[in-house]
Amino acid sequence: MNLSRKWLNEFVQVDAGDRDFAEAMTLSGSKVEGTTDLGAEISNVVVGRILSMERHPNSDHMWVCQLDVGQGEPAQIVTGAWNIHEGDLVPVALHKSTLPGGKKIEKGKLRGVLSNGMLCSLSELGLDERDFPYAVITAAALLNDYHPIDPDKPSVPADVQPGHKIYGPVLAAKVENVKSAGDGRWTCCLTYAEKDGPSGAVVTTPCQNLHAGDLVAFNTKSGTVCTLADLRAEQREFPHCIADGIFVLQENCAPGDDIKAITGLDDHVVEFEITPNRPDCLSVIGLAREAAATFDRPLALHDPVVRGGAEGVLTDLLDVETPAGDLCPRYTARMVRNVKIAPSPKWMRERLRAMGVRPINNIVDITNYVMLEYGQPMHAFDYRYVKGGKIIVRRAAEGEELTTLDGKVHKLTANHLVIADDTRAVGLAGIMGGLNSEIVSDTADVVFESANFDGTCIRKGALALGMRTEASAKFEKGLDILNTLPAVNRACELVELLGAGEVVDGVIDILNYVPQPTVLTLEPDKINALLGTDVPADEMVRILRKLDFQVEGDQVTVPSWRGDVKRMADLAEEVARFYGYNNIPTTLMVGQTTQGGYSEKQKLENKLGALCRTCGYDEIITYSFISPTAYDKIGWPADEPARKSFKILNPLGEDTSIMRTTTLPSMLEILVRNWNYRNKNVKLYELGRIYLPGGERGLANEAKVLTLGAYGDDMDFFALKGAVETVLRGIRAEDVRFETAPAGTWGSAVAPYHPGRVAAVFSGTDCLGFLGQIHPSVAKNYGVDGELYCAELSFDELMNAKGADPEYVPLPKFPAVARDIAVVCGEAVTVGELESCIRRGAKGLLKEVALFDIYRGPGIAPGKKSVAFSLVLRSDERSLTAEEADADVKSILDTLHAELGAVLR
Amino acid sequence: MREQLANIRAQALAAFEGAQTPAALDELRVKYLGKKGELTVVLKQMGRLSPEERPAMGQLANEVRAALESAIEEGGRRLAAAALEARLKAEAVDVTIPGRAVKLGHQHPMYVALDEIKEIFIGMGFTVLDGPEVELAELNFDRLNAEEGHPSRDWSDTFYFDEDSRVMLRSQTSPMQVRAMDSMPLPIRIIAPGRVYRKDEVDATHSPMFHQVEGMVIDKGVTMADLKGTLNTVVQKLYGEGTRTRFRPHHFPFTEPSCEMDVQCHKCGGVGCPTCKGEGWIELLGAGMIHPRVLEMAGIDPDVWSGWAFGIGLERTAMRRFKIADLRLIFENDVRFLEQF
Repeated sequence: MNLSRKWLNEFVQVDAGDRDFAEAMTLSGSKVEGTTDLGAEISNVVVGRILSMERHPNSDHMWVCQLDVGQGEPAQIVTGAWNIHEGDLVPVALHKSTLPGGKKIEKGKLRGVLSNGMLCSLSELGLDERDFPYAVITAAALLNDYHPIDPDKPSVPADVQPGHKIYGPVLAAKVENVKSAGDGRWTCCLTYAEKDGPSGAVVTTPCQNLHAGDLVAFNTKSGTVCTLADLRAEQREFPHCIADGIFVLQENCAPGDDIKAITGLDDHVVEFEITPNRPDCLSVIGLAREAAATFDRPLALHDPVVRGGAEGVLTDLLDVETPAGDLCPRYTARMVRNVKIAPSPKWMRERLRAMGVRPINNIVDITNYVMLEYGQPMHAFDYRYVKGGKIIVRRAAEGEELTTLDGKVHKLTANHLVIADDTRAVGLAGIMGGLNSEIVSDTADVVFESANFDGTCIRKGALALGMRTEASAKFEKGLDILNTLPAVNRACELVELLGAGEVVDGVIDILNYVPQPTVLTLEPDKINALLGTDVPADEMVRILRKLDFQVEGDQVTVPSWRGDVKRMADLAEEVARFYGYNNIPTTLMVGQTTQGGYSEKQKLENKLGALCRTCGYDEIITYSFISPTAYDKIGWPADEPARKSFKILNPLGEDTSIMRTTTLPSMLEILVRNWNYRNKNVKLYELGRIYLPGGERGLANEAKVLTLGAYGDDMDFFALKGAVETVLRGIRAEDVRFETAPAGTWGSAVAPYHPGRVAAVFSGTDCLGFLGQIHPSVAKNYGVDGELYCAELSFDELMNAKGADPEYVPLPKFPAVARDIAVVCGEAVTVGELESCIRRGAKGLLKEVALFDIYRGPGIAPGKKSVAFSLVLRSDERSLTAEEADADVKSILDTLHAELGAVLR
Repeated sequence: MREQLANIRAQALAAFEGAQTPAALDELRVKYLGKKGELTVVLKQMGRLSPEERPAMGQLANEVRAALESAIEEGGRRLAAAALEARLKAEAVDVTIPGRAVKLGHQHPMYVALDEIKEIFIGMGFTVLDGPEVELAELNFDRLNAEEGHPSRDWSDTFYFDEDSRVMLRSQTSPMQVRAMDSMPLPIRIIAPGRVYRKDEVDATHSPMFHQVEGMVIDKGVTMADLKGTLNTVVQKLYGEGTRTRFRPHHFPFTEPSCEMDVQCHKCGGVGCPTCKGEGWIELLGAGMIHPRVLEMAGIDPDVWSGWAFGIGLERTAMRRFKIADLRLIFENDVRFLEQF
């Protein structure tokens, strides 16, 4: 919501500077986002009156002007514009002035002639024709500015003389003199030669670029001076006959006046962020009320006064029905006759523009003005097109079509509320008017609608059509039902003030819902108890009254526009806002102590993170949503049940449209991003969620997964396995095993992995997850030709596998005996099998087994390998003898031989 | 003989002094003190002395022996010290050669900031809660007083999983307030960090997924002054003692009165600069006294119990904490970024 400080001052006089104003309003609850000084970029630009103009001695199109700029001495300024005349009032950027866009003007010479500044166009002042509709320039085609496209085939001869026939009834004519006709048009005397001698004509033309001595194309039949369009000429043929020029002021001003005051650029506009509970503040009056309370200044509101008296009886002219009364709590309308559509006056245009609204014409501008001032959206219909003089507020018929003011055709449903006449819809209630009843230049009779519509209906309707408008944005927040009448009266008052038409007596006002004012009991003790303050009761009353709450004893009547105030806590906020949030003391909580801390799960999360970091893995955070194609990319078969994902019906894009049921694609994406950045030796982890269908109440089962991902020189399967082992050791998981499996055993879980370099991790009989090298074809899907390694471990399983707190075990009292053995076995026999076989074969003295070598080559038969282990044997009761140790080792070797065919090398 | 002893002593001491290695010293020990050593040879002649001469000569011989033995010991110590010194000199390393790296992983900066926040609140008796991200609109909106028609419920703002707008991705961590009220005994002090989702396109300050930390206290006699006091303490711990804050009115459907808390701009110290858009203050979090309607819907009597709640955006906190300029860096996970923290 933008607010013009000038407009605000009409209701409450606040002199605070921009920054103080912003700060005070922000701290009382109306957040200021910023303040714009409309004329900040303009300085030293004044009104000048053209005293005389002469053609530039060294230019075919420039003028040398003498101007009265209110400084006694006239200022000489050179201009290339042709739309000015002696006596005109124009904006003059003097020596050392600034203009919008950071433009600086200084004196200088133009083709040898001194110019003490610059005359300004509308656009050079940051304005356009909508701000000053009278400044539109119509350019005549000046034959003395003619530049043929093809020099060999000119349409007009270079030495064209008055009387020369251009085509048909059009001939060249000389401008003898030019006089203002007073209405923005010009009367000029033309002469030309005819067969029977000199001839001439006096014509009135809107073309502003005519001066004595110019040659024009004169249409003797229509009696008009031809423009470029009339001659079907291109701009480049008449390079200086352009619809741009100096802004000739038609304002009540004098030479030397600051141009900012004349053009309304002396205003400051404050941008507010208004919270949705305060639609009343989406208006100048609403913000004025807040400002008055904030700065403790009187609020001077104005009751509209309408003279009325136009011909006709309102009830004969107009009939309103509201069959959809539930969606239209109130419908208020008045009529205006004999409307004269014209631009609205400058003060109104300035205020609209300051608030960011484009001026259009007086009637439309009045509806916008009232909407800004009162916060009540208004609509104006052309009465001609309200067939049968009847307005019906009804639900749209299914499939009913309506073309709105923006020219778009909409197909409606019964959920839309329309304003209709006897035969058809003429507007989308609360959203936008219909094109078929638009105010046009010859509109004679106007119906002003000021209604209250159901917020939800308007919001849904606007949303369904994708056309949230200023009006619908207001309605959807719920407006003050009592505001429709003052608003429509204000509109009629403005019509009379602007002389835009005659108001018909009487008001049509249908009230389908009679609002009851909210009355609350003021309980100062409760308010103070909630705020932790000690605000006296009479101070609370004073604050509430400033905001137009009626207070009688302890009864508080909430104003109709404050639908957000419903109970004690709401009154407490009003008190707090104006007592000052920053005056509320700061205390620390008393009361029962609660014991805070982490749950066991949170402790494990912290621990897992710390362990991963110890292993050199960096933490990442990835999006929970992925692309459905990710499942293809990681090689899951089309019928994989885990593809069934929570699907977002309104995603930002396909890439973020489903909730992941695996973290692998997220990890791969980040690995690959780092790969593409040529980052070396990358190790990453994430403790993130997957979202599996089948949770309670239709929600997801949000399981957490610890995902590791890595690549680099130092990475191979065993580097990854080492990290996983370290993590599991860190949480004291017991009986940890890594298993390969025959194809198909684990289904799609291992599909993304290299089939020969993947393992399942077990703790006891529980599978914790998988680890391995990513399948080369999956890596290729991600555009990587190197080895990527990932592990996925279920957090819930890790929680289960987490070992108990350690208990002290006495340190060994007797020395251990170390023995190394190397056995030769078949290639198919795994180290894991050998190791568990060794453990089985020992007779109770074996304490540790550690692999230290695998050898293939000379001395070992092809298809065989030699595997060497160090064994540590110890007894807790005594020092072992060599014989005792040997007996155990023999038993181990026998078992290896018997079970795996492994023989001592 | 006396002369002989004096000569041996002088020669031996000089020789010992000159010995450069332990081996040379040992040779000299044998030469003078060994079984056939010069001193031993002289002593063997003691028998030839008269009984009167013997005691004096014996004493002298013992003195010479003691002097030689002590000189050998001294020489040994000297040589050992020299040898050690030489070895240490030889073993000296270039300490500027880089150490063998132990690669340590890094915690994500946002979780570094989160851990700081968690620690502060745990110290004040808060429990950390975790909850679902795929959430019921009932808990995310209705139970938080954002009724049907509230703009944040629009499909343009919130991600939904069904046409009835029943199941959604939570747009705030605030449903955790409701979950806590429904499941925990009073009084309650909780924080609930987690992921939240809104339909914002990715740019330097927006992401469709981001993180919030929700906090809530319900107890008897809890006031807005307590809210201010507690949050001020938190901010001082997070951003340093003396950090200035201010509270200004705001609106949230589930708190009344509601406020936003600003911290004084760290860049300009409150004078106004581009970072704070000239205001001198930077918005930090939203908070307020729990709306009585929200308490009622959870079956908690607002005439007996009161409470306050807050929600803070984690990304922005981390970005300010580590001066990270662009939100996209947080989710890009470039190790060159991650390993700075």
